[in-house]
Amino acid sequence: MRHYLAIAALLLATQVHALTATEVKGITLGETDSRVEALAKAMLTADDKTAAFLQALSDDAVKVAGDRILVLKGDKAVDAITETEVPLPDDAEDVINNNRMRGEIDSALAALKLFSKDDAVRAAAVQQLRSDADETKLPLIEKALATEQNATIKEQLGMVRAAALLGSSDKAKRLDAAKSLSHSGQAHTKTMLLARLESESDAEVKAALGAALRQVESALAWGDKLGALFSGISLGSILLLVALGLAITYGLMGVINMAHGELMMIGAYATYVVQGLFQKYLPGAFDWYLLAAVPVAFMASALMGALLERSVIRFLYGRPLETLLATWGISLVLMQLVRSIFGAQNVGVENPSWMSGGIQVLGNLSLPYNRLVIIGFALFVLGSVAWLIGRTRLGLFVRGVTQNRPIAACMGVNTARIDTYAFALGSGIAGLAGCALSQVGNVGPDLGQGYIVDAFMVVVLGGVGQLAGTVYAALGLGILNKLLEGWTGAVLAKIAVLVFIIIFIQKRPQGIFAMKGRSAEA
Amino acid sequence: MKPVSLPSPAPLLSRTGWAAFLMALIIVCAVAPVLNLLVPVGNLFHLSDYGVGLVGRIMCYAICALAMDLIWGFTGILSLGHGLFFALGGYAMGMYLMRQIGLDGNYKSELPDFMVFLDWKELPWHWLLSGSFTATLFLVVAVPGLVAFVFGYFAFRSRIKGVYFSIITQAMTFAAMLLFFRNETGFGGNNGFTDFKRILNIPIATQEMRMTLFVLTGVTLLGFFLMARWLINSKFGRVLQAVRDAETRVMFSGYNPLGYKLTIWTISAMMCGVAGALYVPQVGIINPSEMSPANSIEIAIWAAVGGRATLIGPILGAFIVSGAKSWLTVAYPEFWLYFLGALFIGVTLFLPDGVVGLIKRLSKATNKSGDRS
Repeated sequence: MRHYLAIAALLLATQVHALTATEVKGITLGETDSRVEALAKAMLTADDKTAAFLQALSDDAVKVAGDRILVLKGDKAVDAITETEVPLPDDAEDVINNNRMRGEIDSALAALKLFSKDDAVRAAAVQQLRSDADETKLPLIEKALATEQNATIKEQLGMVRAAALLGSSDKAKRLDAAKSLSHSGQAHTKTMLLARLESESDAEVKAALGAALRQVESALAWGDKLGALFSGISLGSILLLVALGLAITYGLMGVINMAHGELMMIGAYATYVVQGLFQKYLPGAFDWYLLAAVPVAFMASALMGALLERSVIRFLYGRPLETLLATWGISLVLMQLVRSIFGAQNVGVENPSWMSGGIQVLGNLSLPYNRLVIIGFALFVLGSVAWLIGRTRLGLFVRGVTQNRPIAACMGVNTARIDTYAFALGSGIAGLAGCALSQVGNVGPDLGQGYIVDAFMVVVLGGVGQLAGTVYAALGLGILNKLLEGWTGAVLAKIAVLVFIIIFIQKRPQGIFAMKGRSAEA
Repeated sequence: MKPVSLPSPAPLLSRTGWAAFLMALIIVCAVAPVLNLLVPVGNLFHLSDYGVGLVGRIMCYAICALAMDLIWGFTGILSLGHGLFFALGGYAMGMYLMRQIGLDGNYKSELPDFMVFLDWKELPWHWLLSGSFTATLFLVVAVPGLVAFVFGYFAFRSRIKGVYFSIITQAMTFAAMLLFFRNETGFGGNNGFTDFKRILNIPIATQEMRMTLFVLTGVTLLGFFLMARWLINSKFGRVLQAVRDAETRVMFSGYNPLGYKLTIWTISAMMCGVAGALYVPQVGIINPSEMSPANSIEIAIWAAVGGRATLIGPILGAFIVSGAKSWLTVAYPEFWLYFLGALFIGVTLFLPDGVVGLIKRLSKATNKSGDRS
């Protein structure tokens, strides 16, 4: 250990020159075995020049002409040892790197990247080293560890060092490594520990490895659980967006809108169109197209909703079964319309760059930004709807018409217009849901079909005429679905949830939050 | 005191009704086979094999529409799950037909091909009865009946009705579809059952067998029609219609609607099962897409187009809509969904009583104008 540290210190002090003629020749010429050995030796005293030379090797830009080793730079050649520019001889031969050599060069390059000034490059290098850490890289890792300032990278580097030490021939070192690895919550640590456990012969080390394995597994289990919870909340937020519009059209107005899914699809296609316009006319602001798409998606679906209400649905109030069939017909027409205009294939909607990537929380748990944005968006829409229904004049009228249409009309409320507004609002929210869905799934003519059963389940489960019920039902179903999924698989989980709802409705036919009343026709 | 007496039940069919019924029976049992089997190909009156297959298929649909009419038109309960019962009957028949393939499958095994493919060694438990034709006939009605009974018992007991019921029946058939798509449930997954060779050890793909199935379907349809007619005219049928019009009042009059609703619901499901069993040998395939919610809604539109609460209406509706479908999907495939969608909207908005209602209204109008002149 001290030995390595000494080398590292030496390296730090003498960053002047390292790449010698012997090293260059050793790495480039001869049998693979001896080349690998020479490479490992050279790595002990590596610097930027070594890195440049290895990069050239990896890019197949190194040629051999007699006893000279030349590095190609553009159409010129540079002698690797004397660093003088020389004309490229005609008889220069390529250096052949087999796969093993290539792997060695790549991991050596990765190790050298550990000294980059860029945090991101160093982090990436650590990630790459993780998978093939062995004792030959130890000196480099130690050296990097000594200089590293960034706490996260330092911690990960420590893990890589422990991983490298696992293969050490020194028992104490292996024990030490097992102990430090037990704090790592990474899936690949588990595989590595398992592999070591297989080949380990010493009982004491074996026990330590076993203990570390258990600890890692429990950390992983936590990550898995939290991951399932997060995807449950994420699914719940999508269901909430889908069901909120339905909670207005079905819950408040009593209109069974089977075309709700197709209104979502219109929102998604509106997003697609806005994306296309931005690509064409405002490529510089492409990252912000989504902000423009949100109101456009809302308006497109709301206008379609208003049109439907005026032309079809208003004639069917009070006849829910007929409404169901007519809106199903509307959904067929809308789907075919979209197919005729945009084609039957799915269209591509891209995430803006600020929505890709995610936050790494635990070793095996990262929260994608697009999911987080959608959760936030669902909360925003929920808040707006609650405010609109609870605090505005329009909301007051909607509630009034819902509760008692004739009295509301007597008070001077234009009930027919309120119906149109309310239906357009519900449809517009469907459009927002479609806009959100376009960021996580495929956009195609069938987009709505996949969600309509789920959306009705949420509304039915939550209880008609209730926004709070819709929220609880959406989140509950989302989380239940994802937790079951981890246990039984996606399809069976879905079936289980549907069966659960069917049974639940038997027990509480009016949903979680029933409207209180004495009507026998409830 | 004179006891209250019910009006004597109307005759099952009127004189013209019986005449029309006999005509239909003769057309199905005699005219169609003669036109198909005896009249030479190329003759103006020859009924092509394609025509036989089409009409046979549509008659299966008509049975479904009739079943839908009993539960929707006469009892006021819209089911969006009848596709499930149809498919269950079809799967029961399909299992038998798969076993009839015997050793002629691609893998030359006693087991159906897809089980060999999945490396199964023996038949799963639900295939036990599939070897016998009698047992299959029993399963064809028993399985949909049982599923409907259990589902209906719980649903009607907690007085779920209206759209709630429609939506949970849709969820039921959707869940079943997902289940049948799975390979490990033993129903052939995505592909379902196909490649049938024989029925009752007689080759299935012959013209004669096709005609036999056609006649069988026609007779079943007419039989179900009579049965439905009898049911609707009986006291039981009267209660059903009372439940449709004012369920609360029926309850206050001392009836418990549960038994009535459950009975008609189960009968309706069984009829769909029979239709499915007749359908599968004629088209030669059954797969889970038969259970998709869209198929079940289509059954409802057949009944609506023809005219709810009339018995001849749904049969007409099935012929009109399916006929239009088989023509349009070939001639103008892109317009079929527009047409179907417009049909849904148009019928609900302008033809609440369907085609039969329209004909009645028109004939009444002509009678009136005739009276005036």
